[in-house]
Amino acid sequence: MMHIDQYAEITSTRANPHIDPTLHIWGWEVPIYLFLGGLVAGLLILNAFAVLSRREKELPAMSGIFPILSAPLLALGLGALFLDLEHKLHVFRFYTTFQVTSPMSWGSWILLVVFATAGLVGLSTYVKSSWPMAIYVKRLPLVDKLEAFADRHARGLAIANAVLGVSLGIYTGILLSNFAARPLWNSGLLGPLFLISGLSTGAAMGALLSRDRDEREGLLRLDLVLMVTEGLILGLWIISLISGGEAARASVELILGGPFGAVFWTLVVVIGLGLPILLEVMAMKGRWRGTLVAPALVLVGGLSLRFVLVYAGQYIGY
Amino acid sequence: MTPKSDRRFGMAVDMVACVGCSACVIACRDENDVPEGHSRRWVMEVVRGRFPELTAEVWSDCCQHCDNPPCVTSCPTGASHVHKATGTTQVHKEMCTGCKACVASCPYGARYIHPKGYIDKCTLCVHRLERGDNTACEAVCPTSAIVVGDLDDPNSEISRVIRTRRFKQQKLDAGTKPRFFLLQ
Repeated sequence: MMHIDQYAEITSTRANPHIDPTLHIWGWEVPIYLFLGGLVAGLLILNAFAVLSRREKELPAMSGIFPILSAPLLALGLGALFLDLEHKLHVFRFYTTFQVTSPMSWGSWILLVVFATAGLVGLSTYVKSSWPMAIYVKRLPLVDKLEAFADRHARGLAIANAVLGVSLGIYTGILLSNFAARPLWNSGLLGPLFLISGLSTGAAMGALLSRDRDEREGLLRLDLVLMVTEGLILGLWIISLISGGEAARASVELILGGPFGAVFWTLVVVIGLGLPILLEVMAMKGRWRGTLVAPALVLVGGLSLRFVLVYAGQYIGY
Repeated sequence: MTPKSDRRFGMAVDMVACVGCSACVIACRDENDVPEGHSRRWVMEVVRGRFPELTAEVWSDCCQHCDNPPCVTSCPTGASHVHKATGTTQVHKEMCTGCKACVASCPYGARYIHPKGYIDKCTLCVHRLERGDNTACEAVCPTSAIVVGDLDDPNSEISRVIRTRRFKQQKLDAGTKPRFFLLQ
């Protein structure tokens, strides 16, 4: 491998697959997982809000659909993460230890608890719903006991889901930001960025699924606030990298104008944030018949953000 | 956060002596069954200017066996660890899930994915160090450019060379406190 910089010609005899000439160890599996993890975090927090504010009836999607989707979507994300493991048979090793300095270890335990609490609320909501197979699942052994437990502790579980949702959302960002060797990721702002983006995709998904007009418009308004917040955090993150050291500046140039520039500006900034913000503002002013275009774009933007970050972050090191 | 160890083994490579012959790379491959197409060691060459006006730096490079190893702190299972007796950075392959957090965390790109699915790297020939031997790369080097030893022992050869020679270290900004010294 040869690399030419301003003053020197640097040659290395190393050519390890996925390491040289640039790191590429994480493919589509990781951004898909980060997207679904953030989305589920958003769904859990919004569901907890509906339960804790005692507005289940006014917020039918947030209280009736979100909990049913949470655990299966999380399972889908974990499935993607599992595919990324090079030694899949050793997956149980995550649960024979707790490594306090490793965000991935924190994450695997958080995910286990999220599965329990989100699964309980999801099951209890599902068996009461008119979803396919619900009446059969209700008759399975133990289900009635689990349902009764979830109903008895509905508020406690909602608080747990809110706290765990925030942890899950932040963790998807910290997972990347913990690597000092990857300057593009090495910013604490990635935690709040991924949390807000996850909430935003959760609200967008609710707007797409809700059949209740008031709930849908409420979620779209909430999403507008979240998108503006996400845009601000994104801007602060970029500024902190531009004004950082040589490595930080070089890494952010990858997404501002380098090989990832086109994808970042079109999919993340314009399609994922700018356009939906514009459409929502126009809808609020009555100049646009609020449709489902904006929330669909938000989902595309959320997924693109994670793809661009995961791919670009590996491209450059210290 | 620096894990405790009884000794602190490190490596110095004399850039004045190293000719970039790659004998160490081959010796390492032979000693440690490094899989085809992968390297635990490699040779770096930095050339400035054009012939005849040029300078060149050549050295044999590997895992820096850091005092503050991010590969160990980022490992979710404890597979990546600091070897108690020598302070070298090692992988328990039977505990490794191949999540690659350690690979992402290493600023030196010193780790690779073994075809059998675990993460592999330079062990500083810990199996040889434990029986009081030197590393395969040090043993084979025709110009004696490689020095391996305990940095906590003031009488070791490596302690002596880093006291008496000018040296530089790679990517100190990444905060890993490498135990790898390039003698100038």
